[in-house]
Amino acid sequence: MAIERQAEVRNREGLHFRPIMRIVDLVARFEAEIKVANGDRVANIRSPLELLMLTATQGTQLRLIADGADAEQALAALVELIENGLVEE
Amino acid sequence: MITKKGISASPGVAIGQALVLDTEEYRIPRRTIDSAQVAAQVRVLDDALAASRDEVEQLRTAAARRLGEKAAEIFAFHAALISDDQLRRNVVALIENRRLNAAYAFGSEMNRRQREFQHVNNAYLKERVHDLYDIEKRVLRHILGREREDISRLSEPVVIVAHDVTPSQVLLFDRERILGIAVNVGGSTSHTAIIAQMLGIPAVVGLNDITSDIAGGETIIIDGRHGIVACNPDSDTIDRYRRTQRENRATQARLRTLRDLPAVTLDGVDIQLLANIELADEARDALELGAQGIGLYRTEFLFLASQRIPTEEQQFEVFRGAVRHARGRPITIRTMDLGADKIAAHLATHAEHNPDLGLRSIRYCLQHLDLFKSHLRAILRAAAEGDVRIMFPLVTTLMELRQARGTVADVMEDLEEDGVPFARRLPIGMMVETPAAAMQSAVFAREVDFMSIGTNDLTQYTLAVDRSNERVAHLYAAHNPAVLRLIRDVVRAGRRSGVSVNICGQMAGDPAYCELLLGMGMRQLSMPPKDIPEIKRIIRSTTIERCQQIARKVLRFDADRQVINYLREKLRELTEGGEEERATEGAETDDPEGNIARGGVA
Repeated sequence: MAIERQAEVRNREGLHFRPIMRIVDLVARFEAEIKVANGDRVANIRSPLELLMLTATQGTQLRLIADGADAEQALAALVELIENGLVEE
Repeated sequence: MITKKGISASPGVAIGQALVLDTEEYRIPRRTIDSAQVAAQVRVLDDALAASRDEVEQLRTAAARRLGEKAAEIFAFHAALISDDQLRRNVVALIENRRLNAAYAFGSEMNRRQREFQHVNNAYLKERVHDLYDIEKRVLRHILGREREDISRLSEPVVIVAHDVTPSQVLLFDRERILGIAVNVGGSTSHTAIIAQMLGIPAVVGLNDITSDIAGGETIIIDGRHGIVACNPDSDTIDRYRRTQRENRATQARLRTLRDLPAVTLDGVDIQLLANIELADEARDALELGAQGIGLYRTEFLFLASQRIPTEEQQFEVFRGAVRHARGRPITIRTMDLGADKIAAHLATHAEHNPDLGLRSIRYCLQHLDLFKSHLRAILRAAAEGDVRIMFPLVTTLMELRQARGTVADVMEDLEEDGVPFARRLPIGMMVETPAAAMQSAVFAREVDFMSIGTNDLTQYTLAVDRSNERVAHLYAAHNPAVLRLIRDVVRAGRRSGVSVNICGQMAGDPAYCELLLGMGMRQLSMPPKDIPEIKRIIRSTTIERCQQIARKVLRFDADRQVINYLREKLRELTEGGEEERATEGAETDDPEGNIARGGVA
């Protein structure tokens, strides 16, 4: 059964290549199938190309939908990363 | 069929197969395959992806070592994009279901993604489209591998379709087989236009994205006069254009018979018609078409064609060739005008923010005296064999002019000491192509033997328009009143100092401006050789009195539009009136915006 959470992109440059790599590294640890949506554009979270195509700028509200055994933990970690962890030093 | 409107760059009609060059000169071959080839193409794709990944990994390691982990991250990102499973699945689907070859499938998938970036309004994210371009090029390079076409040897005639065509590419082209050129960028006097006119082949520029609208092997029609191209034309369109081609050939034949007739007006005033050339060989063709001399021999091509800066001997050989081909007629050699859109990679040491206004041309020469002196030596030595004049480009200050003349004097002394034959008494002149030079022409006139108005650059600088920028190219107009007034002032300054003034920009060869220029006092026009017959015909059909009336009227107008409409009307009067010696089929009249046509084409 799929669960859903929201996350807001907070860093200035939006979802450009560094954040994308960090997201991809993070979700490698989990098994759940996860999708990210920006409006009506949906991306498979394990595809860096699709994440790039989301063109998620600062302030974008992303919908995260996960399905699988560790869906809860995966989404929790993701929301934390996206909202707090992506701000560049 | 798709028709697209661009900017007219070189007249004529070409009908043929397209050869599409992407920005790295790769020719993407025919796109469809049959089912037996599908598996092989998927393998080609996978091999290319693997090879690209390896390449990028190596780059990442090297970058990490030299610049640190942070800098290397972008390569890790590229590697991730190349390894992206979704991407591969999409491309394989195109290969399997649409029967496209790996190159076309990959290019097409990447293209789709790249286009989505056009609407992003965040600068950082928008930049990421360059990552996609990079990956596309890299993977395509591996896919196409040894299939990269050798454009210097073509097996059949083609129409070149490209993003842009640079001078060095043109010099590689198999000239016998190029029917026409269509490019994405550029304006009517961009380098592509000049090259196409030089080759005498139809060209349309400023098409924005023609390279995406046609595939290699498809039929394309180039209508150079009107700036139109038709991709995959239907048979009616093809018939129509074939008819136009026949009419054009007939007109050209008629104009060639004009070659031996003098360029003199009906009221007996002689006009000197000279040619603009870029290659030594062209001097011969120019005389064939009736040129009385060479008004502008551009020396840059020699520098652009070689990998290194040509030596004095190499330059001397080439210049001497041109002088010999001129067979004693006057030939004006312009010192190298490298810079802006012409600079060769090996000479550009710093990327300039604004190359058009930067260290180019005479400024570059005066700051690189070794280069300038060996260039001048070559010119002066070649000058011993003919009637040579020397001219400096882009002069804006008196100081520059004096320094340049001083350098010539120094070089002459050196040659004298070395006992090398050279021309001692050659006329020295300058191009008037900046507003500064035009406005101070009275002052400059006292220190030169002649002046040549470079209307291309003069118009560009006066109107502050980049003529090769397809977004503003429509604002570029030599008939803008401001430019016309500057031309008039230069002519006046010349007359008062007894110094001859000619025009050597594209404007000189454009029939719409001929009577105006004559009416403003020009008695020497230098133009691409192929324009000479038509201009001569106009000169022989008009009177100076009529031209002066036209000039007086035009100089009272305030707007471009008024000027050009009036000039077109006057030209029509003239060419319609002078139809007696012509067959009833009729010919088309030329005009700068390529909109008027009679006979055959809408």
